[in-house]
Amino acid sequence: MQIAARPSEGRVILDLSGDIDLANSPAMRKALLGEIKDKRIPKVFLNLKNVRYIDSSGIASLVEGLKASRDNGGRLILYSLSPSVREVMELSRLQKIFEIYDNEEQALAT
Amino acid sequence: MVRATLQCATEVAHFHEAESRAIVRSVDEALANVIRHAYKGQNGLPIEVTCRRLFSDPQKTNLSGLEIVLSDSGAPADPKKLCGRPLDEIRPGGLGLHFIKQSMDVVEFRRENGKNLLRMVKYLVPSKPEEKKSEKENRPCRLPLDLPKEG
Repeated sequence: MQIAARPSEGRVILDLSGDIDLANSPAMRKALLGEIKDKRIPKVFLNLKNVRYIDSSGIASLVEGLKASRDNGGRLILYSLSPSVREVMELSRLQKIFEIYDNEEQALAT
Repeated sequence: MVRATLQCATEVAHFHEAESRAIVRSVDEALANVIRHAYKGQNGLPIEVTCRRLFSDPQKTNLSGLEIVLSDSGAPADPKKLCGRPLDEIRPGGLGLHFIKQSMDVVEFRRENGKNLLRMVKYLVPSKPEEKKSEKENRPCRLPLDLPKEG
């Protein structure tokens, strides 16, 4: 898994790629909570276009990130979900809990 | 490596892409549960994964599909914890077993000869086409009556 950050005023886009599983979800969790809790960025966008696989530990990290952002009065926004990520979101019935957009343009327009 | 190998097995068995992903995800979640719970987070301990293609017979008493059995020598699983958690509460954790139950047609656990055995089956055609999604979500895990016996 790889994470690249694109920061700008009041927001950051995290481009995630590869597989998010038991072995590397702690790295994603650390990066996500670092932006939300440590840097207190109000809007954190996750670009999931190149995430081939995500398991329940990855989803757990996303839920933790969502809770942390709400606690801070911020927003965690997901976009460009790959079929694999979308399926897992639906299986866990979280697609209506998260803010999810089809692409970056739509996500950034919010 | 397990994910890639299973991916190939599902393709050989002619599963569609989404079903293939569901099988791979289920086995991956099951492996993660073994590492987390049976082996208490210790890496490098043995988990045996057996994959067998199932073929239907002319009478259709058996269906085509894929059977995967995981075997580990870790701590016995607590049957009470083998049915996942309700999805109503939004909190991290506890989703792996839910994914498995939702994705596979058969999920059976038993303890045999000091080993945990998890058998999962995915059929190429739905085993119960009339079954609604909500019924599947509420379906209990199948636990053999001799579960507590130690070998």
